[in-house]
Amino acid sequence: MAAKHSKTPRQQTGGKTPATGKAKTTASVTMTTVASPDATAATAAGEVAKRARRTSHRSTRESTPFTKDDVLSLASKATKRADKSLLVICGGLSHERDVSISSGHRVQGFLEEAGWTVHVHDMDSSLLPYLTDEKTRPDLVWPLLHGANGEDGSIRDVLEMAELPYIGSRAKASRTAWSKPIAKNVVRMAGLHTPHSVTLPESMFRELGVEPVIDMLLGSLGLPLFIKPTMGGSAMGCTMVTEQSQLTQALINCFAYGDVALIEQAVTGTEVSVSILEFDGHPLVLPPLEIWTPSGTYDFEARSTPGPTEFYVPARLDAKTTQAVSDAALTAHRALGLRDISRTDFIVDAQGQPQFLESNVAPGMTDTSLLPQSALAAGYNLPELYTALVQSVLNQKRTD
Amino acid sequence: MADDPNIASKVIKNDPWYSSYATRAEQMRASEIRALFAVANRPEVVSLAGGMPYLGRMPFDKLADQLGDMLRSKGQVAWQYGSAQGDPHLREDVLPIMELEGIKDVQPDDVVIVNGSQSGLDLITRIMCDPGDVVLAEAPNYVGALGVFQSFQVDVVNVAMDGDGLIPEALEETILEQRRQGKAVKFLYTVPNFHNPAGATMSVERRPRVIEIARKYHVLIVEDNPYGLLAFDGQTYPALRSYDSEGVVYLSSFSKIIAPGMRVAWMVAPPGIRQKLVLANESAILCPSNMSQMTITTYLDNFDWKSQINDYRGMYKERCDAMDEALKEYLPYCSWLKPKGGFYIWLQIPKGLNAKDMLPRAITAKVAYVSGTAFYDNGEGADHMRLSFCYPTPDRIREGIRRLSTVIENELATVRLFEPDSGKERG
Repeated sequence: MAAKHSKTPRQQTGGKTPATGKAKTTASVTMTTVASPDATAATAAGEVAKRARRTSHRSTRESTPFTKDDVLSLASKATKRADKSLLVICGGLSHERDVSISSGHRVQGFLEEAGWTVHVHDMDSSLLPYLTDEKTRPDLVWPLLHGANGEDGSIRDVLEMAELPYIGSRAKASRTAWSKPIAKNVVRMAGLHTPHSVTLPESMFRELGVEPVIDMLLGSLGLPLFIKPTMGGSAMGCTMVTEQSQLTQALINCFAYGDVALIEQAVTGTEVSVSILEFDGHPLVLPPLEIWTPSGTYDFEARSTPGPTEFYVPARLDAKTTQAVSDAALTAHRALGLRDISRTDFIVDAQGQPQFLESNVAPGMTDTSLLPQSALAAGYNLPELYTALVQSVLNQKRTD
Repeated sequence: MADDPNIASKVIKNDPWYSSYATRAEQMRASEIRALFAVANRPEVVSLAGGMPYLGRMPFDKLADQLGDMLRSKGQVAWQYGSAQGDPHLREDVLPIMELEGIKDVQPDDVVIVNGSQSGLDLITRIMCDPGDVVLAEAPNYVGALGVFQSFQVDVVNVAMDGDGLIPEALEETILEQRRQGKAVKFLYTVPNFHNPAGATMSVERRPRVIEIARKYHVLIVEDNPYGLLAFDGQTYPALRSYDSEGVVYLSSFSKIIAPGMRVAWMVAPPGIRQKLVLANESAILCPSNMSQMTITTYLDNFDWKSQINDYRGMYKERCDAMDEALKEYLPYCSWLKPKGGFYIWLQIPKGLNAKDMLPRAITAKVAYVSGTAFYDNGEGADHMRLSFCYPTPDRIREGIRRLSTVIENELATVRLFEPDSGKERG
């Protein structure tokens, strides 16, 4: 672990220029060096960054933003919906099974309302026979598995082996986004800000000793800190640490969910989430959604219990910052190589700078989830919006 | 690029009715633990969590024929509204069941049928307790009862128990302390037989003493007895109600001995309370399901239910033995009381471990339990977990305990690493 790190920002330009003059896809951003980049993460990030640079040279046609009219137009072309067999995969064995099942059933409901024939399947031993049997083989799969096996690319690898088209990011990109430290490095190389952090497995504390590592940690990152598993979602195993005495319990909680902890400087500011839908390369960036909770933390309870949490859409930011956070989300989406659908979470700090927290390849789609809330607030009809996404992927005749 | 960054921001309340809820709904929140249990039902997971009776040996084929006959002959009754007090036939059928535990002075009119014991607990709390009233209960306490008490904003005051059940001296001391504080103790809630979750059974010697203390201080007893017929050796214990017809409200259920899906239980209460219970039952649900009640009476009238229960006793004993043996082999440094009946072992885990915090690790290892914290309303219980042996087969129980031992050992290693002082006295 590096005890010192540069705090001198350097300028870097990321993203690309959009075809239309409507808005810039990516703002000029500053980049701060990582406190202690995990070597594996850095290597992986380098590979992904190369891909991101390649991606940034996509044709201008691909980067033309989608509009509401485009969505409606695309959805209107989706005729013979009942003839297509769509499959939503949800559930699985992850800690987020419950959320995944809720997401899956909501999406099924909206697509059925739009006239599609939709089946839902759990991820279990009967799934592969279902996918490969001629009688049940779907025309398109929408994997809505949260957590491990869903967002880590595994199910997408399986779908690719089965040569079934699916909605969402490919396996490799999913794996990159799933690992928060790797994703942070990738987006940092693409020019985004992200809170200083270190990535420490439990074994590191065991081998070097808890006290010296914690001393170094506090010397390097200070307080407050945000501790979370490097892989996982729904804020499970996440703890805000404001006092040193809370640190060890926070680490114990975190290691109950995984072997490696991401320890970030907690950034104070406005919590904002930006959802992106992509139609054959044409992005639709939904308005940034601001999350407000009485406790200041959007934890599992706040996410899962209808309660006092309030969302503001668009976020209560000035126009310039709103644009910056939208651009940052698109930069992250592209730098990570994501496809079709993503949601990226930020804290907009006191300087108005979006600080990247993570990107999700299978964002929650429940009643209280952020992507549907953003879409509804922006005036989209969810059955038609999801229909446009389905139709877009069907039109592409993907072979993966 | 957002659609239009200049449009006015609008607020979306996560729950637009949040400010309208009653205070009693405050505790009804989602939790990570509840979410984790979504995985527990998957076949890959050995669930030692749920208290589901094993139903695999029920004579469903024959029962289906009998139920068909019942529907053909009495379908219009079964599918119709019924009495708020319950089907008279069923109220008569429960009498010989109670006689097995010494309750011999009950008439069908004294019985109220309810939608499971949970509904009975709700009704008795509804008619007895105002917010802030005190209910005494063993610690740990049945999680379902805690939920009811919380929803009526009742203060649950714990009374100590040991391997022989509720400690009478602790009961008297607690009543006096509450009186000193000017609190109204409305009733004592107790599960005297094969307690959930503690597994303990109130000794026969203690029972009259508990009755005596309750009478002395005019404290009603609510006796919850779902497991009384499930002693492994077939022994039954005299119900508290058998000692006192005026001071005990008795609750029993078909859920653990026949079919939880039917949601049929019954209550016996002194006349004044019984009348209120009937009115409260009517207010809450109009009447218990005729179909469910007649399914139960069909079973009781046509099958040898005593032999069926005997069969289950043997099966549950075998499973309890399997869990006990597996615990001795894999977790000898934990402590537990081997129960003489019922469904549960209450396991004390090594000092410094927190059963609630450890649950995600257990789910990852594909084994599930209920953290002891669920059985307290004050945050206690983290040093215990409830393990159910009723549903999994002996082989699965053994595998579950093996997985649990790995979880505990890994968690111990983590806790010892980060908080070495907290675990110094661990075994």
